[in-house]
Amino acid sequence: MVDVKEALREYEDKIPNSILAEVEANLPASVSKEKLKKIMDAIEAEYNSSLAVPGECVGIVSAESIGEPGTQMTLNTFHFAGVAEMNVTTGLPRLIEVLDGRKTISTELMNIHLVKPYSEGKDIKRIAESLKELTMKDFLKEVIVNISEANLKIVLDKDKLELLKLTHSSVTEALRKNVKGFSFKLEKDESISVIQSGKDKDIIQLYKLKEKLKNVYIHGVKGIKQVLPVKKDDEFMIVTSGSNLREVLSLDFVDKERTYTNNIYEIEKEFGIEAARQLIINELMKVIEEQGLNVDIRHIMIVADAMCMSGKIMGINRYGIVKEKPSVLARASFETPIKHVINAGLTGESDPLNSVIENVMLNQPVPIGTGLPGLIVRTKSK
Amino acid sequence: MDNQKAIYKYIESIDFGVISPKLLKSIAKAKIVTPELYDKEGYPVDGGLMDVRLGVIDPGLRCKTDGQKLRDSLGHFGYMELARPVIHISFVDVVLDLLRSTCRSCGRILIPQDKIKEYRDLLDKVGLEQGLIERRDKIKLIIASLRTINKCPYCKEKQYKISIEKPTSFIENDKRISPIEVRARLERIPDEDLKIFGLDPKNARPEWMVLTVLAIPPVTMRPSITLESGERSEDDLTHKLGDIVRINQRLFENINAGAPEIIIEDLWDLLQYHVTTFFDNEVAQLPPARHRSGQPLNTLTARIKNKEGRIRGNLAGKRTNFSARTVISPDPKVDINEVGVPEVIARKLTVPERVTEWNLEYLKGFLERGSDQYPGSNYIIRPDGKRKRITNETKEQLLEEIQPGFIVERHLMDGDIALFNRQPSLHRMSMMCHRVKVLPGLTLRLNPAVCAPYNADFDGDEMNLHIPQTEEARAEAEILMQVQTQIISPRYGLSIIACIQDSISGNYILTREGFKITRDAAVDLLSAAGIDDFKKLPNKKYVTGKEVFSVILPDDFSFVGKSRIFNRDPEDPDSVVKITNGKLVSGVMDSANLGEGSGLLLRNLHKKYGADEIIVFLRKINGLGAEVLLKYGFTSKLSDIDLSEEALQKVTETLDKADEDVKKIIGDFHAGTLERLPGRSIEETLELRILERLNKARNESGKIVELSSPQNSNTMIMVRSGAKGNTINIAQMAACVGQQALRGGRIGKGFKGRSLSCFKKNDLGAVPRGFIRNGFKYGLKPYEMFFMAMTGRDSLMDTALRTPKSGYLYRRLANAMQDLKLEYDFTVRDASKKIVQFNYGEDGLDVSKTEAGKINVKGIIDSFEE
Repeated sequence: MVDVKEALREYEDKIPNSILAEVEANLPASVSKEKLKKIMDAIEAEYNSSLAVPGECVGIVSAESIGEPGTQMTLNTFHFAGVAEMNVTTGLPRLIEVLDGRKTISTELMNIHLVKPYSEGKDIKRIAESLKELTMKDFLKEVIVNISEANLKIVLDKDKLELLKLTHSSVTEALRKNVKGFSFKLEKDESISVIQSGKDKDIIQLYKLKEKLKNVYIHGVKGIKQVLPVKKDDEFMIVTSGSNLREVLSLDFVDKERTYTNNIYEIEKEFGIEAARQLIINELMKVIEEQGLNVDIRHIMIVADAMCMSGKIMGINRYGIVKEKPSVLARASFETPIKHVINAGLTGESDPLNSVIENVMLNQPVPIGTGLPGLIVRTKSK
Repeated sequence: MDNQKAIYKYIESIDFGVISPKLLKSIAKAKIVTPELYDKEGYPVDGGLMDVRLGVIDPGLRCKTDGQKLRDSLGHFGYMELARPVIHISFVDVVLDLLRSTCRSCGRILIPQDKIKEYRDLLDKVGLEQGLIERRDKIKLIIASLRTINKCPYCKEKQYKISIEKPTSFIENDKRISPIEVRARLERIPDEDLKIFGLDPKNARPEWMVLTVLAIPPVTMRPSITLESGERSEDDLTHKLGDIVRINQRLFENINAGAPEIIIEDLWDLLQYHVTTFFDNEVAQLPPARHRSGQPLNTLTARIKNKEGRIRGNLAGKRTNFSARTVISPDPKVDINEVGVPEVIARKLTVPERVTEWNLEYLKGFLERGSDQYPGSNYIIRPDGKRKRITNETKEQLLEEIQPGFIVERHLMDGDIALFNRQPSLHRMSMMCHRVKVLPGLTLRLNPAVCAPYNADFDGDEMNLHIPQTEEARAEAEILMQVQTQIISPRYGLSIIACIQDSISGNYILTREGFKITRDAAVDLLSAAGIDDFKKLPNKKYVTGKEVFSVILPDDFSFVGKSRIFNRDPEDPDSVVKITNGKLVSGVMDSANLGEGSGLLLRNLHKKYGADEIIVFLRKINGLGAEVLLKYGFTSKLSDIDLSEEALQKVTETLDKADEDVKKIIGDFHAGTLERLPGRSIEETLELRILERLNKARNESGKIVELSSPQNSNTMIMVRSGAKGNTINIAQMAACVGQQALRGGRIGKGFKGRSLSCFKKNDLGAVPRGFIRNGFKYGLKPYEMFFMAMTGRDSLMDTALRTPKSGYLYRRLANAMQDLKLEYDFTVRDASKKIVQFNYGEDGLDVSKTEAGKINVKGIIDSFEE
């Protein structure tokens, strides 16, 4: 009996850990030392023969591997059975969105996992509701404008307050905090009366206020527009449309390790660029798999890495990755050629001609693949 | 080939800059003074725009600068003195920024000396991180924030606000600053201060942006064409330059004659207009200069920009000779790495072959046959580079002349190397290297197995063929691009060239449990498929299909996998594919093992026996499949989708039930008792519930059809083997087409409150909103036909909208990532050697060398378990 772990350690420098782990998982229960050595040598040989060769144009291969299936994607996906799901952008539009590195995405979404006992369904409805960004209009029962006295009387929806464990006074407090120029008073009959502070009483102002009041923030997490408690694999969680990672994570019933948002920039802000890279990979893979297409993760990784290499998220467009290219001609060949050439002239830029497209333009060998190695032949001196 | 001289110089880098009048004059070979183009004899006028010192475009003439003839002379720039300076349109923004941020009298930047260093560092940072334009914006902000606008911190001169009247006039104090004044001010800006702006004073002095001398592009850049009538038609640029020269002359004359200022101003503006449109004819505020016909002139900017422009149209993509294009058609007898070329094409496309002592006689044969007889030759190239056409007249003389060192361009022959391509070339398998096979007919022929990588079908598709002309090109094509090297897709590490359609269903029929034929019939079958070694076939009267298939497999090959049946019924004897020592023990061959993008059987064969062998396997498997179908017949017939009375009854019941349920849901909706789904409006809930129910009904009827339609019909075999179609297709034909989706929902209102005028208004039921109850076989009701037409149009729209979108995404991806490559230290880096990944894909594996992105660890371990 050999200590497999010990034996495998020997190969740590030669074979990636992911493969070693697979070896460990697949090895039969008992294996002799000689046999293990044989197996490992075979795997190492196989690994070495499967390596990509230097000069390989991995970028182009990845671009092809993502671009080609892109032509097979559908624009609108049609869900037959998507009852208990949020409506999320998928397919080509989402792919474009992620690769563009857009700041505002069309459908923001969070999957909020919960800690026990909430994950078992305790108070799930109430918790979900408490996340939702609620403005005054969600609580209003009626607003009475008293023209003669120039004041408003607000009657609140008691049931709604009850559900969220809010009181009339807390709502009044929120109004005082968020609306300036008016004074709010909680009456005995639990209605809130509003009087314009200052001398002049302006009915028009009052009417304007009536509309304005509807959008005054009262409760919940800003940015969370809809909530949907769902049960997945015996666990309760909350799916929301709209996203606010920072505030959601500060809530104590939230499982901070598994909660997820599809907003790349929020992830970058909270967890850094490496997390953002992982999210880009996950989101791209998700889109591609949903469409029933097959793309190796390595291609996705290299795109995500290219997008994140500078430490900030760069989109795949003329403001992002393409802008960072050292070659004037490479930039000019993409979009807005005149602008690039003019600016290069102003700064006296020099094009080092070390990438692909500019050498194609000049009819010179491309420094990639078979164009990479130089061959020097010494001629016989006579 | 031979006339191409050895390359001994490479361009290492290109510097960009703004050209100075001095430099331009030293480069220019001629001063242009007259708008006239040709004299009476049609010879270019000296000092005119077609001056022979600028290069030649007429055969017979020689360029006066380099003494070369047409095509050999590259052309040379000329210059023209402008009577008054004119602002270059492309630099207007820069000039404006400079004027606003520098003193109007001393030219210094409006930042006090003590703060210059601080801001310069800040600006350098901005410039480095964000770019030049952002840097200039930042300068404006800094100067505004300093509030020194009113007064120069150096000479205390009062400053005024400068505005721009687009496109090219600068206004200060409601008075226009003439280009002369602009130039004078720019001249005063010291080099030191320019560096703060991020400008490089050596290569881009700002006063050079106000033109005093105009570069005249070489004649070769603007060739004129001679029309059939013998008339000359000049290039747009020549027209524009003619305008400029004319106005410039008039301006000179008027200035010399002391004309009133207002006339001079007008001419000056006109000159400015012409120079501006010469550079860019699409300036927003200016009317574009036009031909007499009203068509806008195509000037410099338009020539460079856009897809058909110089950069994307001529530099990044070029046109080729030695290529052919025609309709393609399938030919299973053509090998996978071959392409059938019609003789007409083979006679036009040539391969240059150098004459040596050893092949002299051989090549003489081609010469003798000339260009009319196949295989002959079209041209002969002498060692001095002269190309001679081979005709019946020249043949005799050339035959005497030919000797080692000559090159014969002979016709294309079997075995020659060709690149075969179908657009859109979305991945590297869209252009592969095939061996030529000259065949009768007029189409290019290819093996159906390579349809998948090219994404080709035969409904009129055309493809291109290119013949590499040098040894390097041929070697590279053969080693890197030949079909067998492309079998494993780098996208997912599985076979992309595999069996399709008939060869899958054929092999499925053959290898199914219970297939039995006489040994003689088996030998017939195999030999028809091109297999002539029958010793693997057991020597008994009857052999099974599996035994026949095993003949193809090599003796030392073992494999275990699953067939498509496994998911449906793991107990089925055919569900597990087991090959032991080259014998197919159990399992049926279907698309799970032979098909594109899934076949692990093919992947394993590839791994074990290599790319060249897999071509042979594929040829044999394809041949066998096709032969089986040929021998036993294979027709999809109408009765394949017949249903029993009982099954039909069941389908009707299911659909009736669904209809009832939908009515109930709608009833609930109207009664207000429908339970709202969280996060949805009540209308959305209704739609979702109905869709859910109808979809269920369709699936149920699909199940019924699947179970009750004839199981061994040919149509079912196609579905079962994965060759083509699925059970939904059969259900749609036999029973019920199902809900038609339009824009991601049920078909809504085409008319007021209803989808078609034959329904009641506001009927939310199944049928009025696009549910098709009938199957294709029974036939659709008129309204159902309309619903199908609607979704058909919708899907056409989807394709039409998707293609440009995904095309643009792909272009961006390719452009952004084209220079990422794997370095010798196994890191992935971009063109500036910045590291993108420390180890490619985190483990350095090449996807096209893996099995579905992985190393088959289990397989290796298992191979040691015997």
